[in-house]
Amino acid sequence: MSSNTPRIKKPKKTCDICKSGKPVIKRPKTGQLVCKECFYFVFEEEIHQTIIQGNVFKENEKVAIGASGGKDSTVLAYVMNLLNKRHNYKLDLVLLSIDEGITGYRDDSLETVKRNARQYNLPLKIVSYKELYGWSMDEIVKEAGNKNNCTFCGVLRRQALDRGAVMLGAKHILTGHNADDIAETVLMNILRGDIPRLQRCTFITTGNDSMIKRSKPFKYTYEKEIVMYAHFKKLDYFSTECIYAPNAFRGNARVFLKDLEKVRSTAIMDIIYSGESYENQSNNNIPTSKVCERCGYMSSNKICKACVLLEGLNKGLPSLGIKKSKKARANPKVIKEGESKEIKVKNFQDLTKEENCKMEYVVEKSEKNNEMDIDENKKLMDSVNNMKRKLQNLD
Amino acid sequence: MGKNITLSFGGGMEILFNNTKEREIELPDSVVNIKDLIAYMKDELLQERPELFVLNDSVRPGIIVLINNADWEIEGGLEYELEDDDEITFISTLHGG
Repeated sequence: MSSNTPRIKKPKKTCDICKSGKPVIKRPKTGQLVCKECFYFVFEEEIHQTIIQGNVFKENEKVAIGASGGKDSTVLAYVMNLLNKRHNYKLDLVLLSIDEGITGYRDDSLETVKRNARQYNLPLKIVSYKELYGWSMDEIVKEAGNKNNCTFCGVLRRQALDRGAVMLGAKHILTGHNADDIAETVLMNILRGDIPRLQRCTFITTGNDSMIKRSKPFKYTYEKEIVMYAHFKKLDYFSTECIYAPNAFRGNARVFLKDLEKVRSTAIMDIIYSGESYENQSNNNIPTSKVCERCGYMSSNKICKACVLLEGLNKGLPSLGIKKSKKARANPKVIKEGESKEIKVKNFQDLTKEENCKMEYVVEKSEKNNEMDIDENKKLMDSVNNMKRKLQNLD
Repeated sequence: MGKNITLSFGGGMEILFNNTKEREIELPDSVVNIKDLIAYMKDELLQERPELFVLNDSVRPGIIVLINNADWEIEGGLEYELEDDDEITFISTLHGG
């Protein structure tokens, strides 16, 4: 076939919202074809609506954004910074990153977060597993082998984020969990029969009664749109797989969900809606929240999972908390003097805001900045109002 | 004469294709539409792990394809007929965030 063959040109499609722009995305949530300008507008303003309807923030609240350098948290930091200015949330936003200590992976992604901090002018705090627990992931893998990395890493990360937030004096953490993540969690909780989690996993905010609460502003935001937004806005994000879990994103529930989305893209919203509609009539299954005797972190057992895992590492029994206790306690490895990495993990209940909290990046606050913020807010508000007017006139 | 197109990769896809973000290729005449292109890329250009790229004659769900920087779903998906100077982008959504 040569390039001279006459082709029947299809009529040019236009944006379903403004009726004039050239569409660049088919929205999975609505099936609409949308141009770039309208896409930015609906993407950002839907997140704003989710935040307002979920009553997520208080004015003047200090809020830590969990930032890994990956697509979701990079877009989250960008959009939260934008909405905070545009809609005057008056939030004190900080980026909070966890350094698990994974050479060749986390060190590179942290460089991305450091660039993001400068690009968006947001302060950045990094806390490491090494300083909190005495062990980096590299050291844990050396000790415990390749099999249960994600268990160690996941359990330690949850606490690490909370500990970092307390150091910063923030009582609220935002995470980049998106609609696909939440739908996947709903499916997994149904498959596992985990009733308490099935109820909680669709809440926009959890932990209202604990020291640190968590919210998911991307609860209704599709992964596809997050990636497209990052692509069109040329946001700087890190997309390498973790070297210890090259297949972590190939779970069955995820694959099933992506297949469903291909057939009917609203399936993701439908699954979230099912999860939200589920109501547990009995309270039998909700574990009473206690505090770990050793480290003071929230736990449903006497000793929390992190402490059990760390005890195993410190005693040369790295399968403690992973295999059955009897098996795990057999054949402890002899630890030579000077080899122990054991440190006393600070009691969570005793943690307080650190007055001179060591920061990776600080934002200078000045009168001039304030004026600039007010200026910027006005510009952002104007652009939204223009957009709204434009869309209303066209209807 | 085959058509010349530009391929670009993002979101981790580049690792499967020689770690290049962008490359120009000349297509053989047998490659007419996106479906042919995916098969061609799998056979001729893919460096490793084809299961991370192809599934049932299409890209694996979770990979976004852009045709001249617009969602391929707008342009007809697999059936889109390639033209000279087209830019086709593949972005993986499947990595952590």
